[in-house]
Amino acid sequence: MADTQSDSGSFEELAMPLFGRLYNFAHWLTQDRSEAEDLVQEAFMKALKGFGSFRQGTNFRAWMYRILKNTFLTSRAGLRAATVSLDDDEAAPVEPVAHGTPESILISSLDQETIQKSLEELPVQYREVILLCDVEEMSYQEIAETLAIPIGTVMSRLSRGRKAMRKSLNQASIRNASGSSFQ
Amino acid sequence: MTCDEVRGKLALYVDSELAAGEMAEVETHLRSCASCPPDALGLLQTKLATRAAGLRYAPSPEFRLRMEQSMRAKRKPSWFSIPFPGLAIAAVAAMVLIASVTVWLNHSGRERELTEIADLHVTELASANPVDVVSTDQHTVKPWFAGKLPFSFNLPELQNSSFTLEGGRVAYFQHSPGAQLLFKVRKHQLSVLIFKEDPREFLFPEGTLTTTRLAFHIETWSAGGLRYFIVSDAPASDVHALGELVRNAARS
Repeated sequence: MADTQSDSGSFEELAMPLFGRLYNFAHWLTQDRSEAEDLVQEAFMKALKGFGSFRQGTNFRAWMYRILKNTFLTSRAGLRAATVSLDDDEAAPVEPVAHGTPESILISSLDQETIQKSLEELPVQYREVILLCDVEEMSYQEIAETLAIPIGTVMSRLSRGRKAMRKSLNQASIRNASGSSFQ
Repeated sequence: MTCDEVRGKLALYVDSELAAGEMAEVETHLRSCASCPPDALGLLQTKLATRAAGLRYAPSPEFRLRMEQSMRAKRKPSWFSIPFPGLAIAAVAAMVLIASVTVWLNHSGRERELTEIADLHVTELASANPVDVVSTDQHTVKPWFAGKLPFSFNLPELQNSSFTLEGGRVAYFQHSPGAQLLFKVRKHQLSVLIFKEDPREFLFPEGTLTTTRLAFHIETWSAGGLRYFIVSDAPASDVHALGELVRNAARS
């Protein structure tokens, strides 16, 4: 195992570039600035402590996100989120796209705040896979490693999460349209 | 592939999760089908919109500083206190290596940032409502941003130029809100993006940088604590001319 000095130096070189993104992910998970800061700080300390056991050449980013996620699970916000249970079906195929949905029209008619609100409203298990896939641009395999779930579960959660988001955005779009029709 | 088969794979296609052969098959189908491309475009736009909306939170400067100090505190005293010359040479070699990696990381980070800026322009153009404040009057557009951004900026006078202002909206880049202004020259549209500069987030050198990403011309520079980008498919000379107008406005 490398000594503490070189461990700390190389850890900082690898981890600090991820700091902003990890904080963004933590804030989305906890929905609270102060809890997000505690979560990131604790995850960094755990990762630094365990850096000697990190296998060089493996995916450092997935390793950091996994530590953050595991730390979240034992936090107050994580325990609150764990009370929401999902009906996961790992074998569930990715649902085909519903033809005729004017999704591009729907999305372009909504502002960023509405999209953020619909992400916030998702159960955390759906929110996290969508954030890792669409924001962090992780592959399904990386997401599966990060969240320690089978790749089939990643796919079904993505499919269901996106479907729930579409439903919520549709409702927001209808509300916007009926609001503007009164003006 | 039939339409039903393709629709079952579109999410995987947009997430780049299909094998190369299947990617090619889906692409071939999309080129020849009239009904599937809107579905693919919709999924892609949702993904891009989610990406932009998902980059929402930034750590406070105080928290970043606290973390950096905490990381430093874990280090032992300076490497140069090593009493053995061989180890000192190794330490210097390691520093050179780290510096090279840092240069590479900065370069790679800069590539990502420029692509993200080009994406913001594409997303804006793809939108049915590309701007939230629709006006050609700078005295309407500029005040619209008051209270929405943590900074202010000047807009150029366009009376004697070939450019027109179309409007603006709030855009997010590297977790921070900024102004995205849409201009037009002949049939080309140009996005001017302005963000508060944080030297730890932006990886650009001093001075004006002109480059091309995804066939878009991009010009970027820093002035008065703000980072400016201009993105367009217009000729580089138009991008530069608008850049000059914006730079002059910022100085006035």
